[in-house]
Amino acid sequence: MAEIRLVERRKLLDADGVEAKVFELAEQIAAHASKNPVGLVGIQTGGVHLARRILERLEAMGLEKPHQGVLDITLYRDDIFLGLQQPLVRRTDIPFEVSGTDVILVDDVLYTGRTVRAALDALVDFGRPRAIKLAVLVDRGLREYPIQADWKGMTVDTIASETVQVELTEMDAATDRVVVYERDD
Amino acid sequence: MPPTTRHLLGLEGTSREQLITVLDLAREFRAVSQRRIKKVPTLRGITVVLFFVEPSTRTRLSFEVAAKRLSADTLSFTASHSSLKKGETLLDTAQNLMAMRPDIIVIRHSAPGAPHLLSRHVEAAIVNAGDGAHEHPTQGLLDMFTMREHKGELDGLVVAVVGDILHSRVARSNIHGLTTMGARVRVAGPRTMLPPMLERLGVTCHDRIEPAIEGADVVMMLRIQKERMGSELFPSEREYSRVFGLDARKLELAKPDAIVMHPGPMNRGVEITPDVADSGRSVILEQVENGVAVRMAVLYLTSAHLIEGNGMETTPGAGVGP
Repeated sequence: MAEIRLVERRKLLDADGVEAKVFELAEQIAAHASKNPVGLVGIQTGGVHLARRILERLEAMGLEKPHQGVLDITLYRDDIFLGLQQPLVRRTDIPFEVSGTDVILVDDVLYTGRTVRAALDALVDFGRPRAIKLAVLVDRGLREYPIQADWKGMTVDTIASETVQVELTEMDAATDRVVVYERDD
Repeated sequence: MPPTTRHLLGLEGTSREQLITVLDLAREFRAVSQRRIKKVPTLRGITVVLFFVEPSTRTRLSFEVAAKRLSADTLSFTASHSSLKKGETLLDTAQNLMAMRPDIIVIRHSAPGAPHLLSRHVEAAIVNAGDGAHEHPTQGLLDMFTMREHKGELDGLVVAVVGDILHSRVARSNIHGLTTMGARVRVAGPRTMLPPMLERLGVTCHDRIEPAIEGADVVMMLRIQKERMGSELFPSEREYSRVFGLDARKLELAKPDAIVMHPGPMNRGVEITPDVADSGRSVILEQVENGVAVRMAVLYLTSAHLIEGNGMETTPGAGVGP
C-alpha cells in the first residue's frame, strides 16, 4: 500500500478544549450513572484513552468508579483483511458482568459508524446489556450506517478525503489536540 | 513487509518477526476461547479443508475447533475413507478437493514435503499439520507459546528436547523456531535416534539425558513410538525408560522452576513417569489448550494474506479511524 501523506488543515481543539469536552462528557455520563449501573468500555485504541480520561474526571467529581473495560473490534470488522496491512488484534478485556448493565461505549471519533456496528456485535457476545450508549469526542458526520452518539463533545463537518485525529499525550502526542488532516494526493 | 504468510509449511526460514506476530496474536485468540461465547465472526465464509492422510485425532480436532471459533466452515477428509486408498494420487485428490473451493487446506501426510508439493499446485493456502518426520509447525508454535507464557521471553531460554529426535517432526519445528527466537536448545536421545550433523541447526547434542536437562528452563519429552521398540534403534522399553525416561529424580537437575512439556500422546512409564506428568511442573494440558489459540492465529494470518492478495480495494481511512 502506498504511503499516504497527510497535511494539517485545521485545529479543532487545543489542550484546554479537549479538557473541557472531556469534562462535559463526564458530567453527562455522571448524570446517567446516578440512575443506572454503568460500565465504561473504550474502543481500541483512541477510545481507550478517552475512556480513561473520562474515568479520571468522574473520580475527581467524587463519584463511585464505574466498571470499565476495553474492546478491540478487529475480529468483528466488516472490512477485515481488505487492504489491511497489519491485521493486529489488540486486547479485549471486559472484566465486569455486562448483563443488566448500561454499557457506555467510548470512542474518539464517530465517522462511518462501522466501528460502532462491530463494537455492538462484539459486546453482545459478552452478555445482554440493559442498554448500550455511545459517547464520542468528535462526530465528523459522513455516516454509512444508521448509528448516532448519545453524547458527543463536538460535531464538525468534514469531507471524505479528510482525517480527524484526536491526539492525546498518552499516545505520544506533544500536547492534547484535535486536528483535521487532508490527504495530499 | 506484512507479517502475513500465504502458507505455513514449516518453521524453518520463518522469521523472528513472523513468529512473534503469531505468538502475540495467539494470546488474544486464547482469550476468545475463555469467553462465554467462544466464537468470533472473523472468518465467516472461509472454507477450511482438514485433509488428514495420516491418522491423527488431537491435531485434527484442534484445527477444527480453531476454525469453528473463527466462524470458518470445515470439511474433514481422512485417509481411511478416502480415494487415496483406491490408488488416486495426492495431487489428483487435491484437485478434486479444490472443486469444493476451499480457501485453506490443512494437511497431515506421512510423506515429508507433501504440503510443499500441494502449495505449488493448488490455489488454496496450505497449512502443514505434520509431514512425516519433517515438520509440525503449529506444534512448534504452541510449544513456544506455552514457554513464553511461563517464562516470558524465549531469548536465552535453555530448552532440553529428549527422545527420538531422528523421527520427530515436533523436535525439528521446535529447533527451527526456538533457535530463531534466541533460545538455547539441547537435544538428547540414544545415538541411533540423533540425526547426524544436527549441530548445524545450532543445537547441542547429548547421548545422555542428564547433561541436557541440567539447569534447563524447559524439559520437553518426546513420545517414543512403541512400534520402533525392539528394532535395532534401541533395545527395550525398560532400558529406554531407565536411561532416557524423565522421573522426579532426574528432573531435579533442571532449574527449580523448570516446566515439563510433552506433545502427546504420552507413554506413561516409558518416556515420562506418571508422577512427573501429573505434577505441578507439567504444562502438558496447557499445551493442548494453547494449540487451539495458536491454530486460530495461523488460520487468521493465512486468511489475511489470501484475501489481501485478491487486490480488493477499500477506502483508506474509512470505517476504522485514521
